[in-house]
Amino acid sequence: MTTNRIRHIGLCLAGALMMYPLLWMLSSSLKPGATVFTQPGLWPASWDLTNYPDGWTALEHPFSLYLANSFVIVILSIIGNLVSCSLAAYGFARLRFTGRRLFFALMLGTMMLPGHVLLVPQYVVFAKLGWLNTYYPLLVPNFLATNAFYIFLMVQFMRALPTELDDAARIDGCGPFRTFWKIIMPLSLPAFATTAIFTFISVWNEFFGPLLYLTDSELYTVPLALRQFMDSEGQSQWGQMFAMSFVSLAPVIGFFIAGQKYLVKGIATTGLK
Amino acid sequence: MSVARYRRQDKSGYIFLLPWFIGMLFTIIPFFASLYLAFTDYNLLNPPEWVGLDNVREMLADDRLMQSLKVTVIYTVVSVPLSLAAALGVAMLLQHGIRGLPVYRAVFYLPSLLGSSVAVVILWRYLFGVDGVINKGLALVGITGPAWTTDPSHALTTLIILHIWTFGSPMVIFLAGLRQIPAAYYEAASVDGAGPWRRFISVTLPLLSPIIFFNLVQALIASLQTFTQGFVMSGGTGGPADSTLFYNLYLYLRGFTQFDMGYASAMAWVLFVLIAMLTAVNFLAARYWVFYDD
Repeated sequence: MTTNRIRHIGLCLAGALMMYPLLWMLSSSLKPGATVFTQPGLWPASWDLTNYPDGWTALEHPFSLYLANSFVIVILSIIGNLVSCSLAAYGFARLRFTGRRLFFALMLGTMMLPGHVLLVPQYVVFAKLGWLNTYYPLLVPNFLATNAFYIFLMVQFMRALPTELDDAARIDGCGPFRTFWKIIMPLSLPAFATTAIFTFISVWNEFFGPLLYLTDSELYTVPLALRQFMDSEGQSQWGQMFAMSFVSLAPVIGFFIAGQKYLVKGIATTGLK
Repeated sequence: MSVARYRRQDKSGYIFLLPWFIGMLFTIIPFFASLYLAFTDYNLLNPPEWVGLDNVREMLADDRLMQSLKVTVIYTVVSVPLSLAAALGVAMLLQHGIRGLPVYRAVFYLPSLLGSSVAVVILWRYLFGVDGVINKGLALVGITGPAWTTDPSHALTTLIILHIWTFGSPMVIFLAGLRQIPAAYYEAASVDGAGPWRRFISVTLPLLSPIIFFNLVQALIASLQTFTQGFVMSGGTGGPADSTLFYNLYLYLRGFTQFDMGYASAMAWVLFVLIAMLTAVNFLAARYWVFYDD
């Protein structure tokens, strides 16, 4: 009993330490900018709610534009990953065709490939296509199943479904496409949910791609916009900067709370099998 | 199974894989193209010019490159073991059906989803500022904290701490792995007189070793490719005094601000070869310490 209590006390202390930076950010976003560093303590001694509306309009464009840009990229990326990765996963998990093992090994190999090896030639191709300063370089790869991690996740899930389902569907006259659409896809919705949430979080946080390909500030995503706060840092802006930082984290935290079950399951599957 | 039916599945298999095949072209062709570019001088405007091993020679004499390698290796060697140890330690505390597990797990897992966001790196910069919360806390116990972010000997430390803060995702994998260890093993060990430490060494560690191995390989590969943290913390320069100049940040600066794209390709390939070798060594070493139950 006592060891259990010590364990809880230890975990609570460690948990408080983990949460402290985020709580400090929230608290700083509610304080007048000049007092962020002079007034210690998480509970603001004086409140300043204007950080949010002021921060919203502090940059070249209203923050809603950056949020909208990020959302467009995130939603299209989710659609792309779900469609292309689930098709590939079904092929790998349920169909028999020549070269399947080889292609599967190749797919696993690309999971370990450092992205920067492809960077320069891809940039050159995108430049030649006239795609610089557009969203295409950020979106098109997601429609081409280039995220091997998600294919792998879905393959693991689909392999665990009983093969009798496919046999029964075939006897009832379903081809592979109807079997995928009517049987496997509905049963794989948890894997779809995991993929969607992981895509949301990673694309929402993605910094390098937008930094490389977007130059026009009208096209900026939230991470690029936040960076501008640092370039123009001054006392009065601290509160605003933390306010918009918190706005940028809120969707991730929201998705995390809503989808924790799928995230935990998804991440556990990839490590165990 | 008849030949006709086999062929039919062949066709539909390839149709399902069609997007992936096109995507693979976008992977394989750039893969070899960058190998070619590594032996050229290329600035995007003029056609690539073959220079043989000049880029490699330049790399060997490039102090900033060596510095970036040093930064990346120190960061990896320090932060990967520490974050995996934290992940395993907390996962051990969370097992055995502890009350409030979902809440604890959420609290420890959430930071790992935010650790690569620009918002959190900005936050870190201010937490570790001269007047930041960390130094205020240190002052309470009588320590004068350094200028974490502007002192070259401390800037990387802040990013190592940030990395450790994100131990949640390996922790979740450890938790799932711990749950698969049959309770009977622990009971048998207890009957034989094994205390908690002995049970950890002789039951938990060997049975968890495949998962430790997986987490280690993943974490090493990811850590060697760190970019955003160094970029945002230093305002894109890798400073102060190149102390946060990660390898990939230097690659970006050479390739995309100075447009030395041949050199950047050579750098990318060197990192790729290093990562491949490291992973191969890991797999070889795994024979001696990773234990498969079945």
